[in-house]
This record gives sequence, structure tokens and C-alpha cells, in this order.
Amino acid sequence: MTAAIVATGISRTYDLDGVSVPALRGVSLTIEPGDYLAIVGTSGSGKSTLMHLLGGLDRPTGGTLLIGGRDVAGLTPGEMAKLRNETIGFVFQSFHLLARTTARDNVALPLVYRGIGRRERRARATEMLDRVGLSHRVDHRPNQMSGGEQQRVAIARALVTDPSVLLADEPTGNLDSATGQSVLALLESLNAEGVAVVLVTHDREVAARAHRQIVMKDGVIVPDPSSAAVAQ
Amino acid sequence: MRVAEAWRVALDALRANRLRSVLTMLGVVIGVAAVVALVGIGTGTKGQIEQQVEGLGSNLLLVVPGRLEAGSAPAASTMTIDDVEAVARVVGDRDRVAATIASGETLRAGSRSAFASMQGVLENTPTVFVRKLDRGSYLTRTDVTTGRRVAVLGAGTATALFGDRDPIGRQITIGGVRFRVIGTFERLGQSLGVDRDSEVHVPVTAAQRLLGTDRIDGLAIRAPDRERINQLSTAVVDTLTERHPDSDFSAVTQEQILGVLGDILGVLTGVLAAIAGISLLVGGVGVSNIMLVSVRERTKEIGLRKAVGARPRDIGVQFLLEAVLLTTIGGVLGMALGVTAALLVDALSPVPAAITWWSLALAFGVSAIVGIIFGVVPAQRAGRLDPVVALRTE
Ligand SMILES: Nc1ncnc2c1ncn2[C@@H]1O[C@H](COP(=O)(O)OP(=O)(O)OP(=O)(O)O)[C@@H](O)[C@H]1O
Ligand SMILES: [Mg+2]
Repeated sequence: MTAAIVATGISRTYDLDGVSVPALRGVSLTIEPGDYLAIVGTSGSGKSTLMHLLGGLDRPTGGTLLIGGRDVAGLTPGEMAKLRNETIGFVFQSFHLLARTTARDNVALPLVYRGIGRRERRARATEMLDRVGLSHRVDHRPNQMSGGEQQRVAIARALVTDPSVLLADEPTGNLDSATGQSVLALLESLNAEGVAVVLVTHDREVAARAHRQIVMKDGVIVPDPSSAAVAQ
Repeated sequence: MRVAEAWRVALDALRANRLRSVLTMLGVVIGVAAVVALVGIGTGTKGQIEQQVEGLGSNLLLVVPGRLEAGSAPAASTMTIDDVEAVARVVGDRDRVAATIASGETLRAGSRSAFASMQGVLENTPTVFVRKLDRGSYLTRTDVTTGRRVAVLGAGTATALFGDRDPIGRQITIGGVRFRVIGTFERLGQSLGVDRDSEVHVPVTAAQRLLGTDRIDGLAIRAPDRERINQLSTAVVDTLTERHPDSDFSAVTQEQILGVLGDILGVLTGVLAAIAGISLLVGGVGVSNIMLVSVRERTKEIGLRKAVGARPRDIGVQFLLEAVLLTTIGGVLGMALGVTAALLVDALSPVPAAITWWSLALAFGVSAIVGIIFGVVPAQRAGRLDPVVALRTE
């Protein structure tokens, strides 16, 4: 099988009022199908920037990035959107659910942009909610659910399009540790079913559960985790 | 599917901010209502005037002293009864040439009095201008030649002087001179708020004696056929000019009067509609403004939608639909309000109003276009938002 995402020496420099801020300086990384990768690093080290690039939400200013075998450099914003819809699922620290919208319709949202009919959308969304253990919260709105439930809805939404990679940027950051553990367990069970999971976390214990770990510092990957720990 | 979702989301967004949506719509509502009502009143007034001018009968030629040109002062008449005879010879039929001298006079009958337009006329007036009698009879040839003091009252004047009593055979005074009522006209109604029934017809000779003059104000000719009307017009003006070398005369046809009135009303309606259109424009700016606020408020939502696969176009269409929905709902409400206003004006005031389908279709079309024009910038802005920046917005 081909790699889901291949990043080769990618960099991302922000332009802040004429001053260029290098957030990422040459990162090479390959995500294989079924991978379970944890990204750790200090605040501001470029983890979120990297996640946005890996998920096709943003484009590198240098290097090459292949998502699902396609070089993002040549894609229009519309094509990027299609690529995200088909290959990537995002889970954010702050859930990002639509308010005033039921769990089921939140989960069904990505299918809207895939052009799938309402009936099938609802059926698949209900199925996904069942899979994350929320079949009793189908018609609840975000403000009627706990944080852990909301994050499960977000995970169901990320999965509904059957993506090959799930990108989760601090998915447990807004949850208490017990709830966080159950969300992690859910992600791991999905990984066991074959979805590649990339997880950003500040928690070393959480990171240790992944199959692979990378440590970021000042926009680059620190070669060896133990040496990074020494550097800190 | 995507469009259906866009509709649903747009409707939902409007519903979520109900008060704001209504207030934003208000500008469009007022603009569209004003356009519909004003165009309705303009159309109605134009229709009424056309009807009245046409009611004078067809192939009518009016001859007045002076030049009918913009800026020229109305000229004093030099025409006399003899000119009527000369013109009648040109036309070839005495019954087709009517003459008038008019003056505002106070009429009295017993203790009652009324102000009316006194028209000194020939006996042929009811055939030249189509006028129907309600009671009694009209002036006769003999009445005119002998200057008999008899009068035919307009319906309004008859009511003002005699109430429900039959005025035929009774005495009145016009400008202090005694006349006997021999007939009354059928009611005509109002025109542009002017009562057309406040008049009294008397023999032109009697009127001239009353006013101490031998002049007449103007002539009216009913041409035998439409083809000859222009030729006749020239011949009549030539004859009159020959008889009065120092004076100018003008002849106008019904079509010319209609044309001029139509132009004036058209310009008036246009100006009113343009003013109303400006308020529609202001409404559109309000929509634009609120849409920009809406985009800003929902930046995070836009980012999320993009993250899960919405293309710039999907987001753009969603916001454009929201703007168009705002203005078209406003447009429909405005049409209802405008039609109601026009009908109320029509019913409660002498100003007539006519609602035309094209003005409604136009109002709806314009409100949709206003939505597109003023929605496109916010929609583009939403569509082009960088998803990362949008998601990071607080
Ligand atoms: N839009 C931007 N414009 C300018 N600089 C930016 C922008 N976004 C991020 N940065 C900078 O890029 C660097 C990396 O940011 P990033 O969000 O990737 O860090 P992070 O590792 O995710 O941090 P945290 O653990 O706090 O989430 C930071 O120095 C940040 O200030
Ligand atoms: Mg981050």
C-alpha cells in the first residue's frame, strides 16, 4: 500500500507585517495506512502548523507534500477541499461543532459536501454515532452534551467519510483525565480497525501509547526523543 | 444536495437572528413598497387622464390663441364669433365647430350659492364634446342667437344650489344676472382632485354680454375623420392668421395632449420611482453590512465547514443565498405593503392607483438582484477565508 501522506522537507513561514516567522523549517514525515503517531513538543514548536499542512488545510511554503498521492502544490482551493473531504478526518481541541445543530446533523456535515442525499447522510451519521457510543444522543445539540460527548460527536464526524487518516490536535486538551482516557481509547480502537491516527499531545504518557512518537522543537523534528528530553 | 443544504443553512441563519433579519429586511421592504405604490399611483393617474381625454371623443382639434411652446406666455384671445363662422366654412359643417368663453362665477339660487366655471358655448357643444344630459334640455340655436339667459348646470352645481329638488325651470343668478335653468348634466366625477361637475353652460352671447366682451377663448373642432385632422389643423390656423395677422394661433389634437400629459406623468413617475429606488439601494447597503457581520460571526463555522470539505464556492453560495433570501422575503413583504398602500390611496383619496403585474415582477426581480449585488462581496469574502485562520478565530 502507498503512504497516506508524504512530507519531504516541508516548511511554513508566516508573514507577520513584513516580518517572516518560520513556524516550520524542513520537516520530513511519512504517514502509512494504519499508523498511530504521536507528536509532542513545547508550545509554539509548530505542531498545529504541521497538522494543518498534513491535513491539507494549509499549504507548505517550501518542500513537497503528497496527500493521498497528490501533490498539494498544484491543487486549487476547491480541489484541496475535495481532498480533505475524501482522505482526512479532523478532530480539534475545541470540538468545533455547529451550535443549534443536532449531533446527527453535525456528524452528517462532511457528507453534504460529498453530495450525498439527506436520507443516506442521516443513516450513516446515526451509524457513526452508534459506533462512538452515542446512539442515545442523536438529537441532542452541542449545548445539551458533555465535553466528552461533544468530542465523540466530533470524532464520529471525522470518521463518517471513511478517511484514511485521522488528525487529532490535542483532542483531550479540554477534557478531564477520565473522559480524555475514554476518548483516547476510542481513537485507539479506530486505529485498530485500520485508520491511521496522528495525535498531538502534551502528555508524555499518552504519547507513549502511540506506535511512533516525534518531538518538535522550533519548527523541526528533534532526531531522537531521549536527546530532546535532555535538551529540555 | 449542496444547494439544498445551502438553502437550509441560509434559512436557519435568518431564523437564528430573527430580529436582526427583520430589521435588515425593513430597508428593502420600504424601498420595494415605495416603488410599487408610487408606480401604481403614477400608472393609475395616467390611465385616468387618458380615459378622460379620450372621453372628450375622438378626432378632436382644440384651437387656442398664442403659441403652444415651452416658455411662451398664454396670449389674450382676439377671436370672435365671426371667426367661428369662418372656421365652420373651412370645416364645411357648422355643427362640428364649438366655441367657448369661460369665467369663474358665483351662482345663487335663493339663499344658496356656489362657485362654478361658467362656459359660454354654442348649441352644438354636447356633440363636439361628448356630454350627456341628466334632466331637461340643452341650449338651442335660438338661445344662442338671441342671447337668451338660460343655463345648463353641472351635476355638482345643481346639487349645491338645489339639493334634491328638481332645478328645471327655476331661477338662478350668475354674477348677479338672472338665468333660468333648463337642464342638468350627468355626473362626471373628479379629475386630479378637481371637481368636473362644478360648471354651468350658457349661450356664448349671454356670457359675452355678462362679461362685457365680444371675444371667445377658443374653438374645438370635431374632424370628420382621422386622416384629415392634420390638414384641417393647418387650414384652420391659416384662416385665423389671415383674419388676425398680428396674432398667433395653435391647434392641438387629442393625441398631442395625451402625449404631453403622458410625458409629464412618465417623468414624474420615473422621478418618484427613482427616489424610491434609492431607498431600495440604501436597503441593499444594509443587507451588505449585515452579511459582513454575519460572515465575521460565523468565521469559525466557515473554517469548520471548509475543514470537512466545503469548497470556497459552497460557502459563497450559502452566504449569497442568505442575502438573496433576505432581500426577496423583504421584496415580497414590500410588494404586499406597496399594493395595500396603493389600494388604500385609491379607495380613500381622489388619487387613483392601478397595480400592474409588470411592476410587481420588476419589484421582485430588483429585490433579488439587490440581494445578489449586495451579497456578492460578503459571500466572496466568506468563500475566500483561509480555513486555518478561520478555525483559529475566537
Ligand atoms: N497565522 C500566523 N501568523 C504568524 N505566526 C503564526 C501564525 N500561526 C502560528 N504562528 C506561529 O507559528 C509558531 C507555531 O505555532 P503552532 O500553533 O504550530 O504551535 P503549536 O506547537 O501548535 O503550539 P501549542 O502547543 O501552543 O498549540 C508559533 O510561534 C506561532 O506564533
Ligand atoms: Mg497547537
